[in-house]
Amino acid sequence: MVFEGAAGQGVQTITAALLPILKNSGYHVFSCTEYMSRIRGGSNTTEIRITENNRRAYARHIDLLFALSPHAFEHLQERIDDNTLIFAEKERFGDHWDDRCIDTPLTTFAVEAGGQVYSNTVAAGTVLGILGVTLDRFDDYLRGQFAGKGEEVVENNIKAATLGYDFGRRLPAARSLTIPAPAFEDGQGRLLMDGTSALGIGAIAAGCNFISSYPMSPGTGLLTFLAERAKTFGIVVDQAEDEIAAVNAGLGASYAGARAVVTTSGGGFDLMQEGISLAGMIETPIVVHIGQRPGPATGLPTRTEQADLNLALHAGHGEFARAIFAPGTLEEAIETMQRAFDLAQRFQIPVIVLTDQYLIDSVSTIGAEDVKRLPFVPSIVQTDENYRRYVFTDDGLSPRGVPGYGGGIVRVDSDEHDESGLITESFEMRRRMVEKRFKRLKPLGDAALPPSVIGRHDVAEILVICWGSTRGVLEEALDIIEDNRVAGIHFSQLFPLNPATGAMLENRRLIVIENNAQGQFADLLTRETGLSISRRILKATGEPFSVEEVVEYLKEDVHG
Amino acid sequence: MDNRQHPFDMPPGTDVAWCPGCGNYMLLKAVKGALEELGIDRKNLVMVSGIGQAAKAPQYMNVNMFNGLHGRALPAALGIRLSNRELVIVVESGDGDMYGEGGNHFLHAVRRNYDVTVIVHDNMVYGLTKGQASPTTQRCMKTTVQVTGVILEPFNPLAVALALDAPFVARAYAGNVEQTKSIIKEAISFRGFALVDVFQPCVVFNRLNTYQWFKENTCPMPDGHDHTDRMAAMKLATAPGKFPLGVFYRNEKRELYEDLAGISEKPLYQQEQAGEEAFQAMLEAFR
Repeated sequence: MVFEGAAGQGVQTITAALLPILKNSGYHVFSCTEYMSRIRGGSNTTEIRITENNRRAYARHIDLLFALSPHAFEHLQERIDDNTLIFAEKERFGDHWDDRCIDTPLTTFAVEAGGQVYSNTVAAGTVLGILGVTLDRFDDYLRGQFAGKGEEVVENNIKAATLGYDFGRRLPAARSLTIPAPAFEDGQGRLLMDGTSALGIGAIAAGCNFISSYPMSPGTGLLTFLAERAKTFGIVVDQAEDEIAAVNAGLGASYAGARAVVTTSGGGFDLMQEGISLAGMIETPIVVHIGQRPGPATGLPTRTEQADLNLALHAGHGEFARAIFAPGTLEEAIETMQRAFDLAQRFQIPVIVLTDQYLIDSVSTIGAEDVKRLPFVPSIVQTDENYRRYVFTDDGLSPRGVPGYGGGIVRVDSDEHDESGLITESFEMRRRMVEKRFKRLKPLGDAALPPSVIGRHDVAEILVICWGSTRGVLEEALDIIEDNRVAGIHFSQLFPLNPATGAMLENRRLIVIENNAQGQFADLLTRETGLSISRRILKATGEPFSVEEVVEYLKEDVHG
Repeated sequence: MDNRQHPFDMPPGTDVAWCPGCGNYMLLKAVKGALEELGIDRKNLVMVSGIGQAAKAPQYMNVNMFNGLHGRALPAALGIRLSNRELVIVVESGDGDMYGEGGNHFLHAVRRNYDVTVIVHDNMVYGLTKGQASPTTQRCMKTTVQVTGVILEPFNPLAVALALDAPFVARAYAGNVEQTKSIIKEAISFRGFALVDVFQPCVVFNRLNTYQWFKENTCPMPDGHDHTDRMAAMKLATAPGKFPLGVFYRNEKRELYEDLAGISEKPLYQQEQAGEEAFQAMLEAFR
């Protein structure tokens, strides 16, 4: 189902109401959003899927379209066909009215219920009627949502919902949608959230207590998520004057003992690069979230892409250790965010979590029991009089003290420094410090998450490799083609690669699928494993891959 | 000459990268003297700096140090401040670092007004990069880049700080160690953003603003200057002629960013991880 409307028309209101109701009614739901970079007008859509097997992927084909703006047809004609049901108000739809369209009196019903403002409630009620999902939960939702606005508003909303619902119920079967049976009797045991929330939950689980960031779509969500919960969890939130300030404040905080994160998008991260290099030099933990969007420069500010891997991989001058994660599901977002903090603290390095607009804005469900909290490892030591911040150790990691905790002095220096953190120009000290900073590469590599397998790795001849947000679409496409010769491999950690990666991939035909124009991860895999990639399936239009197009690519590849 | 070891002194024999005769030495002496006289516990003090010859100052003191990136001392100091309200934080950097590369951070640090003392070594030239104009270089001075002389008016840090209601604004001259020390003491004791712009000669790259020049072009604070009067301070800061030395402005009433933002008195490193109960309560909202 796709809900279309101009910015400001309330599409988000409709889907925000429908999703929890559908979830709590026991359905597997998934939703993703695409919108234009404007505050009012245009044509934006949110897709909601109800699936049997908890699919979490963007589907191109639209079964049911709810069109609120006159631009719907023009915007979505590639995604609708003869079987698509289009719900719209005839007078607002434009020139393309045909047999597929069902005149839906949203405004009439809304006015009848008390005013035009209720038309979104009518729409949501209509959808529930079409789907045959009971209205009880919607009533409860509306009571909860509008309780503060008085009984009249609640009653008007319920009336609007009922009018829409009855309209939906009355439609002949041929003009209704058949949906899979609910997967659960009651969906209350599951949590419904978007990618941003999962990242935020992961950060809080990791003990994050500091965020400084400059707003930039689509990375801003993590800042607002933590700001909303700052009081409860004792998180310091600072909106920085620019991204340079954000990362440097994060490093100052981390130096003083905070568990710091900064969030941004590719353009903001460009500005942070010197700070990333500083983190490498002063061996100070920092977690950076990059919500990718298409570049170069301002690119398509509200769209999606996976083209900042090379940026994350090479950011900052000089040579230093780093780690990069790229979650593909809610579970992975929660887990990798915690791992990012853990690695940053344990190895005293910058760690980057790479997501994208598609993952960040997609909503799906997770079992409450699947929200895992990793053990919290304290990483700060009390110093004594003889403390030296960069004392040489066997593993290159020096115990990390913070100012004011213990009898020692804690010096960090962006210049090359000696063990006590003081500037040096000694070539011998430089040699030893470079060696010290790289000793952690081996244990950092050993700690890397191995890629996960989708399907039967043992019998597969072809491995389709993906990373980050493309996981859901590949999972579904592989299920659809149902061919044991093909299996999927998903990486939620991109760097360093787990040492077993090469052995896992060798002697198979390798296909890499990624949401960029060049195949940045394919290049990285070849560089790290020496294996060659037979085919790159790439997309850099600003949209995510759809299930249908990945199926087409795979069929063409397997069956010729 | 007082050669006794101060608590903030580095061990004897520590190599110092400053040129002989540099104004930095006098300022270092003033800063150390101020810290000692204030009885500050060096373990509780963090010196933050950027890059440049001035920014090396914390290297020559036995204190906690965050010697970060060029121009970025203030954001780092902010991060430290918001993570630990118990620390004394002193930023020390040069005019290029603070007013050029770090100009945006300077503006927003004043706007925030968090508790930090900012000491700017203002020698009106870029020293470490060998003599180009800095934001505070006087007009007409010739350099290797400004070959026909500087064509822009110098940046006026005091006027800019006053425009943003920086609650403590002062100017010192490093050649006058005692007065500089006393101004720095007042700045460190002040609760809020305290700017001390310190004139000092660069004996290698600035042949215009010499010890002699500073002596002739600075003057005492005029009698009767009311340092609670922001407009009077602004007038002094923008008046042509000699540069007055001393405290231009003090505003005890400006609220601290830490207070406005509700920053905990307890340092973040002492903060315990979120309890399971609060965590589960957060998850409830997603049901």
